[in-house]
Amino acid sequence: MAELLASKAMGTSLRRVDGVAKVRGTAPYAFDHPVENPVYLFPVQATIARGTVSWIDTAEAEAVAGVIAVLTHLNAPRLARSDDAEYAVLQGPGIGFRGQFIAAVLAETGEIACHAAGLVAVGYDIAVHDASFTAGHPGQYTPGQVNGGAVPDTAAGDVEAALAEAAVVLDQTYTTPAGHNNPMEPHSTVAAWEGDSLVLYDSTQGVHAVRQTLAPLFGIAPENIQVAAPNVGGGFGSKGLPHAHVVLAVMAAQCSNGRPVKFALTRQQMFSLAGYRTPTVQHVRLGADGAGRLTAISHEVVELTSRIKEFAEQTAVPARMMYAAPNRRTSHRLVPLDVPVPSWMRAPGECPGMFGLETAMDELAEACGLDPLELRARNEPDLDPETGKPFSSRHLLECFTTGAGRFGWDRRSAVPGGRLEDGWRVGIGAASATYPFYRNPGNAARIAYGGDGTYTVQIGAADLGTGSWTVLAQIAADALDCPLEAVRLEIGDTSLPVASVAGGSSGTASWGGTIIAAADAFRKEHGDRPPAGAATQAAAPEDPEAGRYALHSFGAQFAEVRVHADTGELRVSRMLGVFSAGRIINPRTARSQFIGGMTMGIGMALHEAGIMDPRFGLVVNHDLADYHIPANADVGDVDAIWLEEVDLHAGALGARGIGEIGITGAAAAIANAAYNATGIRIRELPLTAEKFLS
Amino acid sequence: MDKRISLLVDGEERTLTVDTRTTLLDSLRDRLGVTSPKKGCDHGQCGACTVLLGGRRVNSCLVLAVAHDGAEVVTAAGLGGGGGELHPVQEAFLARDALQCGFCTPGQVCSAVGMLQEAATGQPSHVTADPGRAVELDDAEIRERMSGNLCRCGAYVNIVAAIRDAADPGRTSGTASAGARP
Repeated sequence: MAELLASKAMGTSLRRVDGVAKVRGTAPYAFDHPVENPVYLFPVQATIARGTVSWIDTAEAEAVAGVIAVLTHLNAPRLARSDDAEYAVLQGPGIGFRGQFIAAVLAETGEIACHAAGLVAVGYDIAVHDASFTAGHPGQYTPGQVNGGAVPDTAAGDVEAALAEAAVVLDQTYTTPAGHNNPMEPHSTVAAWEGDSLVLYDSTQGVHAVRQTLAPLFGIAPENIQVAAPNVGGGFGSKGLPHAHVVLAVMAAQCSNGRPVKFALTRQQMFSLAGYRTPTVQHVRLGADGAGRLTAISHEVVELTSRIKEFAEQTAVPARMMYAAPNRRTSHRLVPLDVPVPSWMRAPGECPGMFGLETAMDELAEACGLDPLELRARNEPDLDPETGKPFSSRHLLECFTTGAGRFGWDRRSAVPGGRLEDGWRVGIGAASATYPFYRNPGNAARIAYGGDGTYTVQIGAADLGTGSWTVLAQIAADALDCPLEAVRLEIGDTSLPVASVAGGSSGTASWGGTIIAAADAFRKEHGDRPPAGAATQAAAPEDPEAGRYALHSFGAQFAEVRVHADTGELRVSRMLGVFSAGRIINPRTARSQFIGGMTMGIGMALHEAGIMDPRFGLVVNHDLADYHIPANADVGDVDAIWLEEVDLHAGALGARGIGEIGITGAAAAIANAAYNATGIRIRELPLTAEKFLS
Repeated sequence: MDKRISLLVDGEERTLTVDTRTTLLDSLRDRLGVTSPKKGCDHGQCGACTVLLGGRRVNSCLVLAVAHDGAEVVTAAGLGGGGGELHPVQEAFLARDALQCGFCTPGQVCSAVGMLQEAATGQPSHVTADPGRAVELDDAEIRERMSGNLCRCGAYVNIVAAIRDAADPGRTSGTASAGARP
């Protein structure tokens, strides 16, 4: 167990240190950075799902006054590597999905670029495409591993025999549609070549990841790429790794006579070029004895990937560790299609997987005649069922009991459809939440003493709304045992020590743990009275306990919904999340993270579905009018609380990360509440009105 | 086609040449370097570009600049006046942590200021029970009136609380209700 850092600044509800600039709008995001004499880029996208560009005529576009260049596969610079098909922008005539870049116009203004892009004429050799996702698709295959590195399939015991002998069997299929991250800031890049060096202002969750990705593509040393992202307008995974637009912007900047290129994807373009969550079909089978103790868990998932680049969402992974059952099976199958490349979206795996598993648990509770909370209590494992290791901290049941009292679980009607109020059917439901602890290697931090009592703390971390500017300063203050005001934090730039991506809810633990290590190293090197200019850089510490414990966060989600008896309209009137996530660094920003995840869960439950038209390979509802994300009026009384704890086995910080757990289980809690309200069990998200009018 | 226009932006007289296709948003951001209003969708679907135009809230991406020669524009950067102070709505957003990534925030605060004025002058909304009477800004009214401003980080609960505070500073305290279990 690591020596825990004592809390002084940590644990206080410090206001966001970047808040004043953000309420004024003066904090610069990528596209906001002023550059001299910029060129504006507007792309042309493929309008077929598979085939090749047979001819492309740019003459009319080039004739428009103010157009500087039109790039196509015929004249674009060659990349040093093109083995990753997502990044091989304009390297050939091939088309792997509708929406792929096939040309780009560079012009003096955005209006001119957009207009001229519409004048590029294209002919295609159309190949037969397949954009139909079905669970029975004959092309499905088993990926080598799933996202996060886990094996695709697991088996323990004999699931079939256990199901055959079980007193109660639940056998259902649950589906979740495609989800689109839709951060409010569109993916944006400002790219400029200065000689052999590249300078980028980018909308990214990891400046060093952008540098590492681009360096081999353009055949230059990583040190010759500088990436700045001091402020990021949300990402939720879609800015975790660069997408094709960054490559296109950098390539265009090779053709702009040294002028910087500004490129922001439109909202519509984001639906095919910025990653998205795969739809899933989840076959869940649960077997239980007469007392409601699970004897078998089987979670078999089919999902899609792009044919040009594999992404395997780890949807069945949480079923491996959530509940005690001696016989377990999980599997993932991918259907390769001619569709845009899926990627990370908030809690990949846990988010869709916990919809299937937790809706199934609600169904099993009813089949066993048990309260859903009691069913969880009877299936709480002593050790991680997957690894046999002890949990570092598992307080799932405490989350449920705490929340049940506070939320008024005793007011839940035991009989579905039992509450009708003023024309609305009212129900209450719950579900478990979980997210694993990740701490990424490869971080370093630098601490320098200014001589005037102030310390400069540097690490290339990112703040995409997560509060890093604030909580890392709090951690640094306690690590240096100095007042908060004495900390000068610098993040979001590759000129700072290397930092891992803001992903997997790993940022605070990874970067914060590194800052603590650097502060220790600074003290060892310079003592308690450092001279002005004293500086130390240190890497993240080794975890002496690595592999000894199963480290996961847990939570209990509660929802109250109202379903209109005549129209089927569903409103989420109340939600409460109770979480166990280790140490909370800043209660004010932490609560925002939790309720933000739960709010996105409301969108997943009620509204969000990317509709693929398989005839054209097109996401039909590709804007914010047709792909509805929660608006203010969709969100009722949502609150989040947490257990006071410090994880003694999660490093000196004792924090397990909070960015993603809030969305896990949220949609299941809402669907379970809708069942309690109406007696109608919806296993296909989203919970749209017509599904309650059967 | 280009045209020369002038705008009073955050109290400052600015003259500029715009393409007649140029939106007010792009005029502010790309021509004048006023990047406080953000471009989230360019289609009037998200509200991130909200500014006060002649005192009323508008999606500046839906407004052609050439049609507003001589107009007064206030962005979130100018809401507090020239001295760098914050508007009470901005103060309330900070106190309630009514933002996360901050990208929608300038639009949210401009929208809130415009909305409070609309409510004060008795303009009804979809959820106003009796349009003939003074508007009581309860949570349902605030949620409805702020639904043109999307926030993907999910700060709505805190946005409503902040606007409630700003609308009636005496009614509730300005502290966020963050805390551990009861």
